[in-house]
Amino acid sequence: MKLLVTDLDGVEHSVDAMLNWTVMEIIRDGDLPMRAECGGSCACATCHVYVDPDWAAKLPAMEREERDTLDGGFEIEANSRLACQLVMTTELDGLRVTLTKDCAG
Amino acid sequence: MTTDAISTDAIIVGAGPVGLFAVFELGLNDMKCQLVDILDKPGGQCAELYPEKPIYDIPGLPIVTGAGLVDALMKQIEPFNPVFHLSQMAESLTKTDEGKWRLTTDAGTVLEAPVMVIAAGGGSFVPKKPPIKGIEQYEGKSVFYSVRRMETFRDRSILIAGGGDSALDWTLNLQPLAHRLTLVHRRDEFRAAPDSVKKMRELAEAGKIDLRIAQIVQLHGEGGQIEAVTLKPDEGEPYTVQCDTLLPFYGLTMKLGPVANFGINLHQNLIQVDTAKFESDIPTIFAIGDINTYPGKLKLILSGFHEAALMAQQAFRYVHPDRKLRFQYTTSSSDLQNKLGVQ
Repeated sequence: MKLLVTDLDGVEHSVDAMLNWTVMEIIRDGDLPMRAECGGSCACATCHVYVDPDWAAKLPAMEREERDTLDGGFEIEANSRLACQLVMTTELDGLRVTLTKDCAG
Repeated sequence: MTTDAISTDAIIVGAGPVGLFAVFELGLNDMKCQLVDILDKPGGQCAELYPEKPIYDIPGLPIVTGAGLVDALMKQIEPFNPVFHLSQMAESLTKTDEGKWRLTTDAGTVLEAPVMVIAAGGGSFVPKKPPIKGIEQYEGKSVFYSVRRMETFRDRSILIAGGGDSALDWTLNLQPLAHRLTLVHRRDEFRAAPDSVKKMRELAEAGKIDLRIAQIVQLHGEGGQIEAVTLKPDEGEPYTVQCDTLLPFYGLTMKLGPVANFGINLHQNLIQVDTAKFESDIPTIFAIGDINTYPGKLKLILSGFHEAALMAQQAFRYVHPDRKLRFQYTTSSSDLQNKLGVQ
């Protein structure tokens, strides 16, 4: 499985995606910028990414905690998500996300 | 200058779980500690980021919350009477004529000790700065990330940004003083304490504050003086709001800070240590917990506890060079039990 990650320079990277890993962990494992300060406990917004709108329908809806924590991020858009809350499944093979200043800054 | 310095055996930078446990290990080995932390409470990330979240991998504690672990550690180190210097950042480190370390904080506290223990985790918690173009030129002049004196803001046209407790608390506190106050938040939902949200909504309904659901996209002003900001709502066109003061409250982030300037060898912002003593390349400066790196390092609280125990052995040799290091168990040693006050 692959995750396609666009960095802040607009360059797309294809990284190996492991089943049941979070998108945050996959990006970090792919040696791309990923601050994820709280370690994936939905507490800091430093894993904020934009999800390709074409994929939005396949993602689980946001829990209240994720919406609250996103308040600590910047330049929030309708397709903003916290990568630590997105778990890789076979349906998400090829998922496209874009890094933000929050996770790469 | 030395007359004002507080003398101790070990200065610990960072009062997270690992810094707290270091007090215990140093204490068992007859070393007194003073701790410095930028937060206003002990506990580090456990207290600031996830006080209510469960932790499952602390040996012997099948489940404990971040706050619960900090409370337990505070109780465990109580017999050693650690002294905390909170809401202070460790700013500069020099050597005294007697060869001790002298640490000065940004609040002017001066500590002296033969041993330094850096347990600073991911660094200092500092306010998140919005990545808005040109914001730096206004910082400290008309953009502030904290409120030190409320009077500074009397009769100002204030724009507060954020939806958490800090944003709401300062909205309620500064509204009576301000010429006009606008609260900007990206969504019409606030994660702050329900009572604060209720009071803020009442002020907005009474027209005493302006509540704007939008994000800041641009700042306008000159020579460090902000004059207006452009706000962009989810739907509709961006618009501009006049203000002379901007207070962004988006929570905290971690930055290594002045520790980077202490002269210690760093690798990717982490302190390289050996795995026998957890000492940096500068003898008598130790690094334990998430701030250090070595082959096989795992950023786990339990690893930090182990590192604290080994660090304390070498620290003893520096602090008590004339004494022989005695290895004892708390279960059987009446000497240790005396120190713990359980005899």
